[in-house]
Amino acid sequence: MAVMTYLESVRETLRQEMRRDPRIIIYGEDVGVRGGVFRVTEGLQAEFGEERVMDSPLAEAAIVGTAIGAAINGLRPIPEIQFADFIFPAFNQIVEEAARIRYRSNGDFGVPMVVRAPYGGGIHGALYHSQSVEAFFAHVPGLKVVMPATPYDVKGLLASSIEDEDPVIFLEHKGAYRSIRGEVPDERYLIPLGSADVKRQGTDISIISWGMTVNFSLTAAQKLEQEDGVSAEVLDLRTVRPLDVDAILATTKKTGKVLIVYEDNLTGGFGGEVSAIIAEHALFDLDAPIRRLAGPDVPAMPYAPTLEHAFMVTPDKIHDAALNLARF
Amino acid sequence: MAVKTVQMPQLGESVTEGTIGQWLKKPGDAIEEYESLVEVTTDKVNAEVPSPAGGVVKRILVQEGETVPVGAAIAELEVEGEDEGEDDQQPVAPASDVPSSVAAPTPAAPTVAEPAPRPRREGVRYSPAVRKLAEEVGINPDDVTGTGAGGRVTRNDVRQYAESGAARSAAGAPSAAPAAAPPAPAPAAILAGAPARVEDADTLVPLTSVRRVIAERMVRSKQTVPHAWLMVEADVTGLVALRERHKEAFRAREGVALTYLPFMLRAVAEALRAVPVMNAQWNGDSIVMKKRVNVGIAAATDRGLVVPVVKDADQLNVVGLAHRAQELTQRARQGKLTVEDMSGGTFTVDNTGAVGTVLTYPIINAPEVGIVTMESIVKRPVVVGDAIAVRSMVNLCLSFDHRVVDGAEAALFVNTVKKALEALDKESPLS
Repeated sequence: MAVMTYLESVRETLRQEMRRDPRIIIYGEDVGVRGGVFRVTEGLQAEFGEERVMDSPLAEAAIVGTAIGAAINGLRPIPEIQFADFIFPAFNQIVEEAARIRYRSNGDFGVPMVVRAPYGGGIHGALYHSQSVEAFFAHVPGLKVVMPATPYDVKGLLASSIEDEDPVIFLEHKGAYRSIRGEVPDERYLIPLGSADVKRQGTDISIISWGMTVNFSLTAAQKLEQEDGVSAEVLDLRTVRPLDVDAILATTKKTGKVLIVYEDNLTGGFGGEVSAIIAEHALFDLDAPIRRLAGPDVPAMPYAPTLEHAFMVTPDKIHDAALNLARF
Repeated sequence: MAVKTVQMPQLGESVTEGTIGQWLKKPGDAIEEYESLVEVTTDKVNAEVPSPAGGVVKRILVQEGETVPVGAAIAELEVEGEDEGEDDQQPVAPASDVPSSVAAPTPAAPTVAEPAPRPRREGVRYSPAVRKLAEEVGINPDDVTGTGAGGRVTRNDVRQYAESGAARSAAGAPSAAPAAAPPAPAPAAILAGAPARVEDADTLVPLTSVRRVIAERMVRSKQTVPHAWLMVEADVTGLVALRERHKEAFRAREGVALTYLPFMLRAVAEALRAVPVMNAQWNGDSIVMKKRVNVGIAAATDRGLVVPVVKDADQLNVVGLAHRAQELTQRARQGKLTVEDMSGGTFTVDNTGAVGTVLTYPIINAPEVGIVTMESIVKRPVVVGDAIAVRSMVNLCLSFDHRVVDGAEAALFVNTVKKALEALDKESPLS
């Protein structure tokens, strides 16, 4: 079993899947010759040729729109949106077309497409290279939204996303690309979409998160244990749609105290949905108010390092919020 | 000159009314802005209220000792400038929902004009989880020392209290209905019965907490659950022979006695799987079909009745059930059961044969929907084929919640138990 970075796991999974399934094609801005701005697709064009890995125009609506057509006609396109912040020109294609074709065709057609997009901040990307976009898409029935936190989950979830007969938005945190490492088995495996994962067992408080902030939460949980004697459970949703409601309720019932952590802006972020589910189904297991820790409601991730740090959810902020809740 | 109205300020987040203590100025007195005008007392604080503006006190609208809601007009000032207009509203304190009064003052009732909203009861508050757990384990959260913020009682506090010696006796009763009734010291349901008559030479025995919990739960079950009852008799001659054959070797090998109880538990667990509606709970507008089969064993102790639960009884064989039952009943007698031991039951078995009865009418351990007894095994002449034989017979009595279970299902269930017991013979494996 190899230890690799989050980014390497994405690349090697793409490579393994492309070797397995000749229907898979990859295209997007600079993904071919240059191997992508983050080098995720580096070497893939050399191995699979220009017809399977190709550069596209700077036109996200066209990238996704053509991928929808290709998917309906039997290919397995994996278009890349260079930064999730750039996905909005394609929003109409994703939400109005890709998400609804299954319904609109009475089940005859699906769009087996995986839109990969790096999201998230903390990498000095400022306002156009730092956004978290999951809530926009999690709102839409017909889409699946996958946000792995670890290299292991990247592989199993990406393979499942490629196998899925319907469109998947696959969001990779760019802060995780080179900072998060982990063991990844060589052989192919699938992690079902819609299955959350308890990344750390605990008894005093539950931290529910997804994507990069799962890793921050694990760091915070370790500090809570060592410095404060607080046992925190960390639940990684892994996919925000479909959502593993049972896992959310199970951890709530176990600890009675829930902190929801996400990097997106607080208001209207996906944590509100998690909170509502808990309030609806687990009121009598709550020993404290449900709390959210998220990015502030400001228009953009600032560029200045101090302000960017102030925006970001960090392990220290999670630690402090969790400790407050544990002491409630 | 203009008239400015002074309103009763809000002297605390949860304060809804205030009482005039003493007016520090009288009509005609000059007053500076922010100079103290009146003393106000509430159930939380006493405070001097500063004047919202400089001028002359014109009228006092509320007399000393009277109580008015927050925002009510209490005085009028004559101030410099235009008559109070739309840009001049500067109440002493936010009073968003009470329109500030306008210039022409009908003497705003120097008495308590309107019924003030009831002040919110200031007191200890418990989270839903604390209330639920306290109810389940039968303790009063008022008795628990809180370790949370500001001394709040947390769910862990309740859990630890219940597992500590302090509450053991109170917790030692059947874990039952998570219903709404708070754990009051003396539930009204018990008080409502016919009063006892105390005469000379009678003695009064104060209720222990375990007796109180038993009383409350029995009353609640009998009052809220429509009990129906039936009985079958089973021929357990084979079971008696089977136990005779194994009991000494079993004790030597396993270290626990081989009683009839594990055979009964095994038969019940299987029957619960065969008739799942017996493994259910009434839930008001729905029926909860329980997935796990957790069978409570009613056990008499000198502290009273307790019902420890054999979790996942359907996954244990007779040997495993014998160990588990022995362990639980022993801990029950020693008063060492934990909350965990007594919670989560989905059905109850009462081994009434141990106390020598042949027919009982058990009370359901709500919210479970059934309780079955195994009565004394007695030798009786019975007709076998066309002959009369002496057989070991036992009665199985079932009380069931008729909201959830009908007679046909109940009979099917108890007959499934009966058949499982009757199928045993001397050669049966202990599984």
